Amino acid sequence: MRKESLLNAALLVVLLAFPLWAWFVDEPFLITLTTRAIVFAIAGIGLNFALGFGGLVSLGHAAFFGLGGYVVGVLAFHAQTYTPLMEWPFAIGGTKSMPVTWLTAIVLSTVLAFAIGALSLRTTGVYFIMITLAFAQMLFYFTISWSTYGGEDGLSLYVRNGFPGLNTMDPIQFFAICYVILLIVLFIVFSISRSSFGLALGASRQNEERIQAVGQVPFRLYLTAFAISGAITGLAGALFADLNRFVSPTMFSWQTSGEIMVFVILGGVGRVFGPVAGAVLFILLEHTLGGLSEFWHIYLGAVLLGVVLFARGGLYGMIAGREVAHD
Amino acid sequence: MSLLLFIEQALNGLQFGVMLFLMAAGLTLVFGVMGLINLAHGSLYMVGAFAAAAVAAATGSFLLALVASFVCAAFAGVLIEFFVIRRLYDRDHLDQVLATFALILIFSEGTRWTFGSFPLFLDKPDWLSGTVMLPFGIEYSLYRLVIILVGLIVAASLFWMIARTRIGIRIRAGENDREMIGALGVNISLLYTFVFALGAALAGLAGALIGAIQSVQVGMGEPVLILAFVVIVIGGIGSIKGALIGAILVGLTDTLGRSLLPALFGLFLEPSSATSLGASLSSMSIYLLMIGVLLFRPKGLFGGV
Repeated sequence: MRKESLLNAALLVVLLAFPLWAWFVDEPFLITLTTRAIVFAIAGIGLNFALGFGGLVSLGHAAFFGLGGYVVGVLAFHAQTYTPLMEWPFAIGGTKSMPVTWLTAIVLSTVLAFAIGALSLRTTGVYFIMITLAFAQMLFYFTISWSTYGGEDGLSLYVRNGFPGLNTMDPIQFFAICYVILLIVLFIVFSISRSSFGLALGASRQNEERIQAVGQVPFRLYLTAFAISGAITGLAGALFADLNRFVSPTMFSWQTSGEIMVFVILGGVGRVFGPVAGAVLFILLEHTLGGLSEFWHIYLGAVLLGVVLFARGGLYGMIAGREVAHD
Repeated sequence: MSLLLFIEQALNGLQFGVMLFLMAAGLTLVFGVMGLINLAHGSLYMVGAFAAAAVAAATGSFLLALVASFVCAAFAGVLIEFFVIRRLYDRDHLDQVLATFALILIFSEGTRWTFGSFPLFLDKPDWLSGTVMLPFGIEYSLYRLVIILVGLIVAASLFWMIARTRIGIRIRAGENDREMIGALGVNISLLYTFVFALGAALAGLAGALIGAIQSVQVGMGEPVLILAFVVIVIGGIGSIKGALIGAILVGLTDTLGRSLLPALFGLFLEPSSATSLGASLSSMSIYLLMIGVLLFRPKGLFGGV
């Protein structure tokens, strides 16, 4: 446990110190790279909430990531073209304000996660994996064929959305926004995992019969966890759209779901900070191996295979032991 | 839409469904017997297609290409079963998903490395091109008709093998109680390798057959893999009969949806919005079908209780 807290603190310090150093020596690319790691980390934290704490193996979290992205993209599209989003029953226009788009992304992702969860949680095991995958694929094909918003080509944001009082086009300022959001998300997830709901969820993952016997309803616990999980991943999707100033159906693709899962596994399933470590590791691998060969996915595959077969529990499992790793 | 066009589309749907069955059969067998969820099944489909394209380019023989696809995919199946998959049988689904996801990365990039990013071409042979006249004056592509026949023959032999042969008895016994048949002196790990290789070979064959009408390229396997998953989830995981019925349902829904829905919306919408609404709805139709089935039968049509 001590080792784990040390690792947590080290991660947060490095994630703050590295971009500050990059800012100091004027390397904006490295700042953006760190911001990317942070956005991936938030997406992973979202999935980890369902996967690690609830034991719900969702292979469809790209649905929420993509939805978050498209909320930002579509709202900005209407703001850019000065067209209303809808006129009836009440008029809604587009917006380029970050807080508004984030809030919309969170609310819509929660609603979507409730809908997907309510249907998917009727099934278990492989069926659950497949049905979550199918929902994400459905949205993937839907966005591809939805020509109003760019279809296969996606949508571009000409200028990054605004945040009151900050210049978001400045990499270090946008990094600061994402870093603060990461801290808030970590704090919320940590608090929930210690709350009575979080404890009941963990107990339900380990033994459903017992948790039923003490009067809890596993379905409700899982559904709530799935909704929270979707909301966090949706927020990450919105940040990803802000970061790239571009959204495309790729955000909904099943490879995205797989990659979000990879962040969780590389770091360590079921630990609050696991996905942060995983996302940093992923970015490191992408950056170093990607420089070695354009076929770096082979090495990523090999590393992933090694982690799954031999180093269960991911980075956290290797360094901090397996005492709190998922059963 | 005329009746002739409808029948042609229905035949296309049947052809698509039969190919999906070749993919789904392996997936469902591997899951039923070994309890393994294999995302890398689409890579074996791709291996089959590339092997066929390479052999066809070298020898010019389409039959040899088909044999090569079957053999190479089976061989790739044996390799990954021996080095990776057999370590995963006792793991939870999460580990299986991740390890096979890693295999996809390795296979896809490895193929890109070897063959380059450009699609290869596998042409159907002259003696299979052209059209045939079916009863009622329907003109239909000979090659697609042959695909339907090949698929149905494979399905029939698979049913026969599972129901009537000793190895089929062992496979069914393995689904029910793997420890017991091990205790009865059946070499389980050999049986598992065989089942995996069989599934791989069928996927490879499907890849080669489809490769001749579409292009042979990296990443061709994953869309089909996801459809095959939809098929086995609809049919009930582990059931060959379910896979066949699910595959044909999905094939027909997809193909007919694409041609019928835009026409259907065209009856009461203006043409441009009918086309776009029809296109987006039809691309989602099979997933809607799957969700519908799972709502009423959470274990699929023929899934065990």
